[in-house]
Amino acid sequence: MKIFGIRLPRMSSLILWGLLWEIIGRIEFSFFVPPLSAVFATLFEIIGTAAFQKAMYETSYAFISGVFFAIVIGIPTGIIMGKNRLIDELLLPWVNIFLSAPLTALVPVLMVLFGFGMKSIIITTTLFAIWIIILNARAGVMQINRSLIEMAHSFGASSWEAFSKIYFWAALPEILGGVRIGVIRAVKGVIIGQLLISIVGFGALFELYSANFLMKHFWAVLIVLFALAFTISEVLAYLERRVSYYAAKR
Amino acid sequence: MAMPQTNALSEESPSTADIAVSARNVSKNYDNVEALKDLSLEFPRGQLTSLLGPSGCGKTTLLKIIAGLLEPSAGTVHVNGQAVTGPGPDRAFVFQDFALLPWASVIRNVAFGLELRGVATSEREAIAEKYINDVGLSGFEKSYPHELSGGMRQRVGLARALSVDADVLLMDEPFSAVDEQTRRKFQEDLLSLVANENKTFIFVTHSIEEAVYVSDQIAILLPRPSRVSDIIRPTGLREKDLTTIRRDPEYLDIVDEIWTSLKTYVE
Ligand SMILES: Nc1ncnc2c1ncn2[C@@H]1O[C@H](COP(=O)(O)OP(=O)(O)OP(=O)(O)O)[C@@H](O)[C@H]1O
Ligand SMILES: [Mg+2]
Repeated sequence: MKIFGIRLPRMSSLILWGLLWEIIGRIEFSFFVPPLSAVFATLFEIIGTAAFQKAMYETSYAFISGVFFAIVIGIPTGIIMGKNRLIDELLLPWVNIFLSAPLTALVPVLMVLFGFGMKSIIITTTLFAIWIIILNARAGVMQINRSLIEMAHSFGASSWEAFSKIYFWAALPEILGGVRIGVIRAVKGVIIGQLLISIVGFGALFELYSANFLMKHFWAVLIVLFALAFTISEVLAYLERRVSYYAAKR
Repeated sequence: MAMPQTNALSEESPSTADIAVSARNVSKNYDNVEALKDLSLEFPRGQLTSLLGPSGCGKTTLLKIIAGLLEPSAGTVHVNGQAVTGPGPDRAFVFQDFALLPWASVIRNVAFGLELRGVATSEREAIAEKYINDVGLSGFEKSYPHELSGGMRQRVGLARALSVDADVLLMDEPFSAVDEQTRRKFQEDLLSLVANENKTFIFVTHSIEEAVYVSDQIAILLPRPSRVSDIIRPTGLREKDLTTIRRDPEYLDIVDEIWTSLKTYVE
């Protein structure tokens, strides 16, 4: 965007919204909206606290484990579905149902099954991420050039070699696209899981702050989470652009 | 549809020659399509046999059955006396659409057949290097397929097939993606390959001229029902000077005969 001939950096409009927030806070419009400057002051205060760091650690742990399982289970499942008609027929309806299902509603069931702790949060994160990863890996495999497979076969490739040397690489751009969307969904999963199981990580913090009407603290943590989610998604988009450079040359 | 006998046809009977590959009573049905019906054909060792015929007559199908990539509905194929049950190290395939790995460099592509056979990296790259050199691609080892022209990619596919040192080379219209000059160059290279490497070549082509130019034996395939309608052995031509062969009356006669017999199927 350009104003008075000066090119403004991306998202500079955020400054305007920040100012508006500050003003609304200053005129004490509502107890729930403290001034932005006060929120930031609180943010720097709580970042050093043990409670915040524990929440951060637990969230990262749940997020990374959840994404790890989604990728490690999702990619091979998708590839196998793309290769095998029968398995595809069996699994595809479920993948599609779970992809569009309101997974939040499942979290209470998971809590009953796996307890009120880390395990349920990791599983929630995995469930949010895995379906799109499966579908994309499957789509990547289905568009493979048939003659690459025949080529590998004609030179005596075993099934494992075909999988690791042909299918995986040929489907890589689609797989990475799926991982990017999956990771963004995992961010939602890990937060929703923590909010519903409010004794771990940021869930516990939110519970603490809102129960005590610490609105500045509440907003500060929210801003941290939004910023993290946004950064992760931008980094992945950057990586994906680099891979699609090669994909365009296939 | 008998071919008029000309002196181009050799007296030598293929049955007495050493046979590398033989197809016996091979049939292949795809759902409702009869691609091949009771086809028998023998491929003499160390020679180049062309499969020539109109589109859809089953040339690719036959080649893939010999490669072990497709199973025949009936009949058997023997390579070096052994029945074919799947792909094997005695055969290598050159694909019409090259089938190169787009994410791998030229040298890895050429060495890929050896990689799948478990040859160590340094050894297979030394072998690949040699064949990259042989097909005239030295200097492009680190390039990727998308950086090469169609003709260069085809040469990568050829080098890959040569580097596994198979007895039988199966080539599915290998020159169809290149321009006329490159094609003529490739045809000459192919003739010297046949002369220098002790391999059996099975070569699918659409071009009558190309078949007559490069072949020791031409099998003419006709569709509906698919069968070998004729086998032509232009052995007389093989002793002649390559540079004048295209003006040779014998060459022109054979081209003409084949065209006459195929013409009815093109209409
Ligand atoms: N996978 C398949 N499924 C069904 N029918 C097939 C399949 N592959 C080939 N056919 C049919 O079998 C017949 C022979 O096909 P093939 O590809 O062997 O012909 P071709 O001689 O190689 O033709 P071209 O010269 O055009 O490459 C054709 O009629 C084709 O329609
Ligand atoms: Mg064909």
